[in-house]
Amino acid sequence: MSEAQSTVIYDSYKRGNPALEELREVLHYRHLIFQLARRDILTRYKRSILGVAWTMLNPLGMMIVLTLAFSHIWRAETIHGYPAYVLISLMAWNFFAQTSTASMVNLVWGGGLLHRIYIPRTSFAIAAITTGLVNLTLSIVPTLIVMGITGVPIRASILFLPISMLPLAEFALGIGLLISTFAVYFPDVAEMYQIVITGWMYLTPVIYPESILPESYRFWITHLNPMYYLINIYRIPLYDGRLPNLQELWPAFVMAAIVLLAGWVFFSSKSDEFAYRI
Amino acid sequence: MLTASNSPMDAHNSFLPAQEVIRLEKVSVRYKAPNERIGTFKEYIIRRLQGRIHHENFWALYDVDLVIFQGEVFGLIGNNGAGKSTLLKLIARVLRPTSGRVWVRGRVAPLLEIGAGFHPELSGRENVFLNGAMLGFTRKEMEKKFSKIVEFAELANFIEAPIRTYSSGMWARLGFAVATDVEPDILIVDETLAIGDEAFQRKSSARIQSIQKQGATIVLVSHNMSLVEQMCTRAAWLDHGRIQIVGDVKEVIKAYRQKQQ
Repeated sequence: MSEAQSTVIYDSYKRGNPALEELREVLHYRHLIFQLARRDILTRYKRSILGVAWTMLNPLGMMIVLTLAFSHIWRAETIHGYPAYVLISLMAWNFFAQTSTASMVNLVWGGGLLHRIYIPRTSFAIAAITTGLVNLTLSIVPTLIVMGITGVPIRASILFLPISMLPLAEFALGIGLLISTFAVYFPDVAEMYQIVITGWMYLTPVIYPESILPESYRFWITHLNPMYYLINIYRIPLYDGRLPNLQELWPAFVMAAIVLLAGWVFFSSKSDEFAYRI
Repeated sequence: MLTASNSPMDAHNSFLPAQEVIRLEKVSVRYKAPNERIGTFKEYIIRRLQGRIHHENFWALYDVDLVIFQGEVFGLIGNNGAGKSTLLKLIARVLRPTSGRVWVRGRVAPLLEIGAGFHPELSGRENVFLNGAMLGFTRKEMEKKFSKIVEFAELANFIEAPIRTYSSGMWARLGFAVATDVEPDILIVDETLAIGDEAFQRKSSARIQSIQKQGATIVLVSHNMSLVEQMCTRAAWLDHGRIQIVGDVKEVIKAYRQKQQ
């Protein structure tokens, strides 16, 4: 038998480290991930004439409601440009909440596909994150408009945003893969996750400033919460108009990398069983 | 590895050394079915604490040895639940065997439930590229094939319309055109030859024959014995996850029919 031909050979005996093999397959199938993201973006914007604006309506509406409500409760007007503050934070939070949920939903939706054809199992999650990054980038435009209206200066530090998005995307992918793995076995995990994520948002300084947290448990809410750091380094270049310093950056990058690694390893170690399950 | 009973009978290839493209060695696939259906995480935790989780083993395939050679049209027959689909999934890399070894050379294109990967909101054009990417092709590579695919599917006038507006026949034709135009080394065909009207059926079986002439291997699963006999050179009969007989298609069908009576 001539092995010289440059054909693909699949041998179920040659099973290396699942996490590394998954990474290699993802690189090999990058065109598919691009197509999946393209599909998500096209279907999202195709149906509505409002297009990009539609994605923005939810956070903009939230911004208005929260501004009206909180201006009385704890005098939000004491924070300069509260609408801009809350909009920026919500954009980052929604990116995380939506993409981690979409990773899970896409995998369960695409389950039928996983029965028929081999594609890397992480494709759906990575495509969901890619779609989310496109939406997050587009959302900068209306955010800048709101900043202009509320008098928050727009500074060159916004050029730092791509670096802020990186650990945010890593973290969302890591969490997305972790919950996807559970959702394959137990469909109710999807619902439970929605409850968790709502509670998590209120426990993170997203719609309120860190300063209103009582001193006694501020530490627990901020320092042990990866989303605190991730939202912070996204908000600082926009709202504060400065570059994040190292103390603010390193916990975000380290926590995101750990979660991504854990999610990736866990997901790929279980992914061979998915076709038996979904 | 080659034994007399395993050698291909195909006259076209008899002057070439037979090349293995698919090899299964002592392959078993075990599904673990919980004794009760546990649908939710809550239930699972409760049952676990009560120690009430037991699994029953179900062997979809057991100790299967099989070799398929290049250029063959190989038939798989057997009753429902015999393990035919599980075997196809192993070849398509969708499933890993519980034990044993699966070895496959070349690009596999599954023609299983055609068009399963289509998205209803996207146009036919977008779906061709999406489906192509699932088979491992870049957008550029698909652009070269695009006009041929559309022409074969007879959908030139509808290709920009969302696929949800297609009839089921149009949907299937497009799926067939994509899966067979990507020049697979191994084509997996699962009961899907009866697509569209008679003219298209003739066209699609001609397409499958030309794929085979180019040296591709075809694995066909069907309950239609006359189709299997007409298309295949060799076949295997699976029963309850075990191979009963492998060999010349006529003998295999004969043995299968005798058992049915």
